[in-house]
Amino acid sequence: MTTPIALRVLEGHARSYRHTWRGTTIGAVATPVLFLAAMGLGLGQLVDADPEGPMGDVGYLAWLTPGLLAASAMQAGAADGTFPVLGGTRWVKTYHTAVASPVRPRDLHLGNLLWATIRITVIGTVFVVVAALFGAVPLSRGVLALWPAVLTGVAFCAVLSAGVVLLVRDQFLAGLNRFVVVPLFLFSGTFFPVEQLPAAAAAVARALPLWHGVELTRALALGQPPAFAWQLHLGVVVALLVAGIAIGARTFDRRLRP
Amino acid sequence: MPPVVEARGLTKRFGAFTAVDGIDVEVAPGEAFGFLGPNGAGKTSAMRMIGAVSPVTEGHLQVLGLDPGSQGAELRARLGVVPQEDALDQELTVAENLAIYGRYFDLPRAVIRERIDELLEFVQLAERRAAQVDPLSGGMKRRVVIARALINDPELVLLDEPTTGLDPQARHVLWDRLFRLKQRGITLLLTTHYMDEAEQLCDRLVVMDRGRIVAEGAPSQLIREHATREVVELRFPPDHEADVATILAPTGHRIEVLPDRTLVYADDGDALVREAHDRGLEPTAVLTRRSGLEDVFLRLTGRQLVE
Repeated sequence: MTTPIALRVLEGHARSYRHTWRGTTIGAVATPVLFLAAMGLGLGQLVDADPEGPMGDVGYLAWLTPGLLAASAMQAGAADGTFPVLGGTRWVKTYHTAVASPVRPRDLHLGNLLWATIRITVIGTVFVVVAALFGAVPLSRGVLALWPAVLTGVAFCAVLSAGVVLLVRDQFLAGLNRFVVVPLFLFSGTFFPVEQLPAAAAAVARALPLWHGVELTRALALGQPPAFAWQLHLGVVVALLVAGIAIGARTFDRRLRP
Repeated sequence: MPPVVEARGLTKRFGAFTAVDGIDVEVAPGEAFGFLGPNGAGKTSAMRMIGAVSPVTEGHLQVLGLDPGSQGAELRARLGVVPQEDALDQELTVAENLAIYGRYFDLPRAVIRERIDELLEFVQLAERRAAQVDPLSGGMKRRVVIARALINDPELVLLDEPTTGLDPQARHVLWDRLFRLKQRGITLLLTTHYMDEAEQLCDRLVVMDRGRIVAEGAPSQLIREHATREVVELRFPPDHEADVATILAPTGHRIEVLPDRTLVYADDGDALVREAHDRGLEPTAVLTRRSGLEDVFLRLTGRQLVE
């Protein structure tokens, strides 16, 4: 019986994780928790002072939590889709060694995504537990809201790794974070409803895939219907994931088997 | 026995650039075969096609009886690869690096454990089994990479510049290990731009230049064919103005004037030195040495620096 090749790649990730789990998990959880404390508890007092506010009777902390969950999952996915990929192609070149074995470039891509799924689930779970301790979300609803957040994170990981694998310079990374990841993090309905933006900007925000992930996550966390039909939101996120897998299969091959 | 590698008209193009330009190569089982050439000669591209990680643009290629294009995964399962760069995971231990690689071949964990013991013994790193890779010396890391390449018990091992960047001691240890692999009957295919390495390890080699094979044979045969038995190196003071090449031209030997010295290719070096003195030349230093692959190599591929 042979092990599917992507699972062998996944196993490699799991083995290395024994050495790196502390640093990577603490970093990925600490940031959203800090945001939760500062924005949810601090800023939330100001927001909730206005009973006519856009969050209605939900309360800012409860409204913010699923947004942070989805946006942090996106950030974790983006991190997994950039640094390890550049490590594999340029810094340490482990990908080049891997494809000299029976592992094919597309197996590497799939194995990485399976690993990102596990890692983002772990990070998201810790965040939900911490948020539940804050009283920001009931634990059961938080756990329910995990899957669209994880799906969003993995979709971003897929798309970014598909592009990053072709990079021949590192400078692009800083730009990617500054001009893509951080704006997405801030303007996808994470910290405030996109309706607060000018109409044109709000339309742009609704076109962002992260916004759809946030809407799904928030709908499950709060038990409210999302902005549009849930099928539409889910369709956008799944489309991003499928595109990332399909494009990545080609770009990984182009880069690693020239 | 059928050849381990059989290439005819093997060609690799990247866009308009031709990296490998229709080479014919045949490697017999158990042979140590070298691709020798300056940087950019196409050695690595040829190796990558043989290793089934780079599609063949044109020509026929069979490795271990398999077609690298359609049977790539099956072929790679029977190859060992030592890449130019170590590509070891620095945060992991020596054993973990080998174990992860072994799993890529779907080897059972128990088999991997056993092989790691054997291989680390073989590359003389048994006591470093649980050590992190990062602090190891360059030579030790290279030996870990050799062990990694052997984890799947390969029939053919591809080595891309195996000792580049290592100190002389480390190189000799590595050569010794590679020689033992050869003794076990494993076919070795290596690229190098070190002549001493090619002379030490290769039964047969091809000299590549700009994607083509410019010479082929055993090291001693190539030296016989393309160089003389001896080479005399003459040095003159910096302000020396006499035209050495013209003065020595009547001797009939091949002469090469370099910025710092003049080389004369002669079968009897001492006789040539006497003759130079008779013709009134007064070199400040004279060195008569056996000619080697380096002389063959420079003759065939020229002295211009290929960047």
